[in-house]
Amino acid sequence: MTAIGQAFDRVDGAIKTTGAAKFSADQTYPGLAHAALTHASTARGRITEIDTTDATRVPGVLAVITHHNAPKMKMPSVGLMPPVFGTTVVCLNTDEVHWDGQPVAVVVAETQEAARAAAARVRVSCSPLPSAVDFSTAEAKPQKNSMLQAGSARKGDALAALESAPVAVDREFTTPPHNHNAIEPHTTTAVWDGDRLTVHEPTQNIGGVRRTLSAAFGVPIDKIRVVSEHVGGGFGGKGLVWPGTILAVLAARVTGRPVRLVLTREGVYRTVGGRTPSVQRVAIGADREGRMTSLVHTSVTRVGRTGGGPEGVTIQSSHLYDARNILLRQNIAEVDLLANTFMRAPGEAIGTFALESTVDELAHELHMDPIDLRMRNEPTRDPIGDKPFTRRNLRAAYELGAKEFGWEQRTPQPRSMRDGQWLIGWGVATAFHPPVHLVANASLRFSTDGTALLRCGFHEMGMGAATAQAQITADALGIPFEAVRVEHGDSSLPAGPMAGGSNQTGSVAAAVHTLAPKLRRALGGEISVEALARKRKPYVEVSIGADSPLGRATGQARLMSKFLRDRRKGVRAVTGAQFCEVRVDADTGEIRVSRWVGAFDCGTVINPKTAASQLRGGIVLGIGAALSEETLVDPRTGRIMNPSLAEYHLPVHADVPEIDVHWLDEPDPTMPAGLLGVGEVGVTGAAAAVANAVFHATGKRVRDLPITLDKVV
Amino acid sequence: MRVNGEPVVLDVPPQVSLLDGLRDRLGLTGPKKGCDQGACGACTVLADGERIVSCLALAVQYEGREITTIEGVASLPDGAALQREFIRRDGFQCGFCTSGQICSAIGMLAERDSDAPPTRDEIREGMSGNLCRCGAYNGIVDAIEEVAT
Amino acid sequence: MRTFSYVRADDVDAALRAITDEPNAKFLGGGTNLVDLMREDIERPDTVVDITRLPLAEVEELPDGGVRIGALLRNSHLAAHPVIRSRYPMVAQAVLSGASGQLRNMATVGGNLMQRTRCLYFYDDAAACNKREPGSGCAAIGGFSRSHAVLGASASCAATHPSDLCVALAALDAIVELRSSRGTRRVPLVDFHRMPGDTPEIETVLADDELITAVELPPPPSGVSRYRKVRDRASYAFALVSVAAALDVQDGVVSSIRLALGGVGTKPWRAYQAERALLGAPATEESFRAAARAELADAVSLPHNEFKIRLAESTIVAVLRGMS
Repeated sequence: MTAIGQAFDRVDGAIKTTGAAKFSADQTYPGLAHAALTHASTARGRITEIDTTDATRVPGVLAVITHHNAPKMKMPSVGLMPPVFGTTVVCLNTDEVHWDGQPVAVVVAETQEAARAAAARVRVSCSPLPSAVDFSTAEAKPQKNSMLQAGSARKGDALAALESAPVAVDREFTTPPHNHNAIEPHTTTAVWDGDRLTVHEPTQNIGGVRRTLSAAFGVPIDKIRVVSEHVGGGFGGKGLVWPGTILAVLAARVTGRPVRLVLTREGVYRTVGGRTPSVQRVAIGADREGRMTSLVHTSVTRVGRTGGGPEGVTIQSSHLYDARNILLRQNIAEVDLLANTFMRAPGEAIGTFALESTVDELAHELHMDPIDLRMRNEPTRDPIGDKPFTRRNLRAAYELGAKEFGWEQRTPQPRSMRDGQWLIGWGVATAFHPPVHLVANASLRFSTDGTALLRCGFHEMGMGAATAQAQITADALGIPFEAVRVEHGDSSLPAGPMAGGSNQTGSVAAAVHTLAPKLRRALGGEISVEALARKRKPYVEVSIGADSPLGRATGQARLMSKFLRDRRKGVRAVTGAQFCEVRVDADTGEIRVSRWVGAFDCGTVINPKTAASQLRGGIVLGIGAALSEETLVDPRTGRIMNPSLAEYHLPVHADVPEIDVHWLDEPDPTMPAGLLGVGEVGVTGAAAAVANAVFHATGKRVRDLPITLDKVV
Repeated sequence: MRVNGEPVVLDVPPQVSLLDGLRDRLGLTGPKKGCDQGACGACTVLADGERIVSCLALAVQYEGREITTIEGVASLPDGAALQREFIRRDGFQCGFCTSGQICSAIGMLAERDSDAPPTRDEIREGMSGNLCRCGAYNGIVDAIEEVAT
Repeated sequence: MRTFSYVRADDVDAALRAITDEPNAKFLGGGTNLVDLMREDIERPDTVVDITRLPLAEVEELPDGGVRIGALLRNSHLAAHPVIRSRYPMVAQAVLSGASGQLRNMATVGGNLMQRTRCLYFYDDAAACNKREPGSGCAAIGGFSRSHAVLGASASCAATHPSDLCVALAALDAIVELRSSRGTRRVPLVDFHRMPGDTPEIETVLADDELITAVELPPPPSGVSRYRKVRDRASYAFALVSVAAALDVQDGVVSSIRLALGGVGTKPWRAYQAERALLGAPATEESFRAAARAELADAVSLPHNEFKIRLAESTIVAVLRGMS
C-alpha cells in the first residue's frame, strides 16, 4: 500500500497539542533583551524632532535607537526576480516618513514591559509632506506587462462585442484591504556571535530573510543562520522581509545582546503589508443561449510608493470562459501607504469575486441555471493563448459538488426558499488557482536502522508540509511512512523553495523524486538495510544543490529554466466548484453561512486529512472576506483604524459551518506524483458563492465586500 | 501560586501579565501571545479550573491561585483525550492557537451543567473566543464533540 | 504599560481608603477592559486597587422579590446563577451574548458598568478624541462612524456604550449601589451613565472615591422577556443594535412593557418613548413599529451609521412580534 493518499495524522501533532513546539517567540537565550517599536503617525513627512529623554529614563532600558544613532544599513539590490523585502525604506536610516505607522525608533530593554513602556514615551514630531492616501480618488495607470505577470490581455474586440451582444451585464465591484492576521505575530529573535548571526523568525522565505539581512548588515550570507521550524500561520504575510526583522537584528547588533522583538498586533498592521483593495469592472455579453461573446475584466489596485506589487486580479478571467472576445486590463494606483503584499491567492481571491458574481448575474438575466451557463462556456483549450490545459475537469467537479450539495433541489427565484425567520439562499461559484512550481535543494539519507531522513529548508506554517513530504519520500523509496523523518525550517539545511503560490509540496516532491533514484543507485540498485550493510557505512546520503555562491547561482538558473519550460507545457491550475447555503434573517439582515460543499479538481491528494484542512482553511478565509473582513484605512490620514483582532472581524467558530470538501483525485501529468498545490484555491470563488447565495436569499445583489447586514436590509 | 500542580514563586512587578509571567519567567511557552488584548484566545489558561485569557490578567492578581497551562492539562479530565482527538481530527494547522483552543475546550466542557452532550452549535458558540486563522474550526469542533460524547 | 503600584484590598473599607489615599488610583476588577486600556496607554493610573477579592460576589434574594447582585460577581457566574436564569432570563441572555467564555470568567458586574467605548478613535492615541483628550475634537465625526450612536450624541461625541448587561439592567429598572467614605447612595442604572454633552470624558455619575458595591434588581416585570443582539459576526462582536424587552399582553393589549436598546445610544438606552406609545396599545406589528419609530424619531445619523435607525426599528419589531 502506498503512503500517498492515506490520511496520516500530522507528524508534529504531539508537540503542537502539548505546548512543546517551540515557535520563534519561545526561543530563549541567556541575557535575552526585548525590543519594541515606536511608529510614526504621519502619512508622509519629515521628522523634525525625536525626543527620547523620557524613554531612556524608563528603568531597564538599554538603548533607544533612532535615525540619529542607528548604524547604516542597505536593502539588497533588486534583480530580475521579485524583491524579497516588503518596502524599500530603510527604517531608522532616514528622517523621512513614507507611511503612517513607519517605525521611527526601536527601544531595547531588559524586559518587554520596559521596552514597550519606553517605546510609548518616544516623542516624535513631524512636518508633513504632501501625500495621497485615498485609494478611491488616487490616479491609476495601466500596469505594464512583465515576465511574471501580464498587465493586460486581449482576444478579438471585446468592447464592440459587448455593445452588440443580445444580453449583457456590466458591473462594478469593490473589495476592501485585508490583513493576513496569522495568530502568531511577526517575531524575531536575533543573536550575534561576532559576525555570525542567528535569527529565529517565522517566515515563508528563509532564503529571502538571509539575503536581506546579508545586504542590510554587510555580512556574508553563509554567516547567517535563519531558523523557522514552526511558523504560526503565514498566508503571505510572512513571505517578505518587513522592517521589524531588520530592526530586531539591528537592536541586537547595537546592544551586543540577544534581542527578541515580538510585534504588537497593532505593530503587525502598521509594518506588514496586506491585501490591496480593488475596484473592478466585469462585463459579459452573451447570446440568448448563454454563449459568451464578450468578457471584459478590468481592475484598479494599489501599491505603496515605497513597495508592493501589482495584484493579478484578472488572471482567472483569461482561463475560465471560452468567450469569443476577451479584454483584460489591470491598473495601478500609487499611494503613500504601507506597501501592499500578497495574501492567500493574491489576484484570484478577489478577482473571482467579481467575475463569478457577474456570471451569476448573467445567468439570472438569461433565466438559466448558473452551472449550466458555466458549462456552456467551458473551454477545451486556454481561451486566450490557445495552449492546452495540463488537466481540467471542472465539469466533473461541478457534477460531484452539485450531487453532494443537492443543487437540483434549488428553486431559482430569489426569496423562494425560506425556513421561518430565515431566508435561504444557495449560491455557486468557480474556484481557480494556478500553483507555481519552484526548485528545492534537498538531501536524502538512508541509515542502517532502515529509516530515511529528508532534509530540506522548506517551511511548515500549518500546511502539513512535513507530513506530506514524509509520505512522498516513503513511496519514492518504497519504505513505510513511519520510517521517514523530515527536517525543515532551517537555513543550515539544503535550501527549500519559498512557501507561496501553492508551490511548496510540488517543488519539494520534485527534489525527492530526483533524489530517490540517486539514492537507489548509491545503494547499488536497491534501498534496503542489506544493501546498506554491503556498503559498510552507517548511512548513505545524496543531495541536490549546494549552499555556495555557485550553488545559489545554479539554483536560480534551474528555477528560470523550469519556469520557462512550465510555461510551454500549458496552463496548469486547480479548479473547483464552491457551493454555499446562507441564511439571512428577514428582519435584521444578519447573514449566516449554514452549509458548504467544495469539489476540486486538484490533482493527486497526498494526505486527505491535511489537504481537506487546507481547502477548508481557504474557504474560511473566503467566508471572512465575504462577510466581515475589512481593514479600515482612514482616507483623511492614511492611518489604519482597526489594527486589532477585536475590530478586524476574522470568522470565529460560530461563523463557520461544516465544510464538506471533495476532490476528483486525478493526477496532473506534468507534476511530481501528479499533485497540485491546494493551499490557495479554497479561498477563490468563496466570496462569490456567498454573494450569489445572498442574492438568491434576498434578491439583493451586493457588489461591495464585505457583505455586512446594512447592505442587505 | 501553583502552576500545573507545582508551587511556584513568581516575583514580578504589577504590570507583568500572567501570560508574560508564565512565558518569560517560568518558561512555560505553551500559552501564546497572539494579540495581547483578549481578542484571540491563544493565551487561554485555566485558573482554578476556569478558562481565562492570561494576557489581560495581571500576574499579581492570581497570587495563591491554581493555574493550569497546556503543559499541565494531560492530567485533567478531558485533557489528554482532547489532545489526542485534536491530532486525530486535524483540529489545528499551524498549531499556534492550539494551546488556547484545548484549554478553552476543557474550561467550556467544565462550565456545562447539563449531562446531555453539547450540540455542535453549542460548541461553536462556546469556543468563539478562540480564533483560528488557519480555519481548523471543523476539526476542533469534531475533536471536542468526540470527547464530550 | 506605564509603571504603577498595586494594592490589594481585602474589604470594602480598605478599598475605599486606598482609593482616597493613593493619588490617581483606579479600582481593578476583572481587568478585561482596564488592563487593555492601560496597555494602550489610554488609562494611566498611578495605583491600581485590586478589588477582586472583596466579599461582594453573591446573589442575594430580597424580601420584595428582587435580587441584590454583588458588584464583584463575575459575568459567567451571574449568567449561570439559577435565580437569574429562572427569573431574569434577559440578564443571563445579555451576559452570554457578550465577549467570550474566557472574558466572562474574568469580567465583573461592576466592571461591566464601567466599560469604556470601543470607538476606533478613542482607542487610537494619534486621533483627536474629546473623550480621551478633552477639547481635542472628534475624529469619528467625518471618519469611520459605522459603530456610532444615533441617539444621545452631541457635537463632541457619538461613541456608543458597549455593554450588553447594562442594556438589560436599564430595562429592568436596576439600582446601582455606590459606597464611599461619605456613605452609601443608590442610583438608578438609567441615571448612572451620562450623556456626552460637552463633557464626554465624564461617563458616569460615579465619584472618584466611590465604589460600586452592588446592583439591585426589583422584582421581574410580568410577562416574557428577551435580549436580542445583532452584530457583524455570529458571536464575539459588539452590538450593532441590541434590544432588551419585557412584554406582557392581556386580551391583546400591551399591559406591561420594558424596552431598552444597545449599540445605538451613547449610553444604555431605555426606550421610554416607545414604552409610552405601547402601553395600552394593541399588541400588533403596527403598534410595535409605531413605538419603535416614536423612540427613533429624534435619531441623528453620521455618514456610516444611518442603517442603525432602520435596523433598530426592525429589531424592536421582530423582538416584540416574537414575544407576543
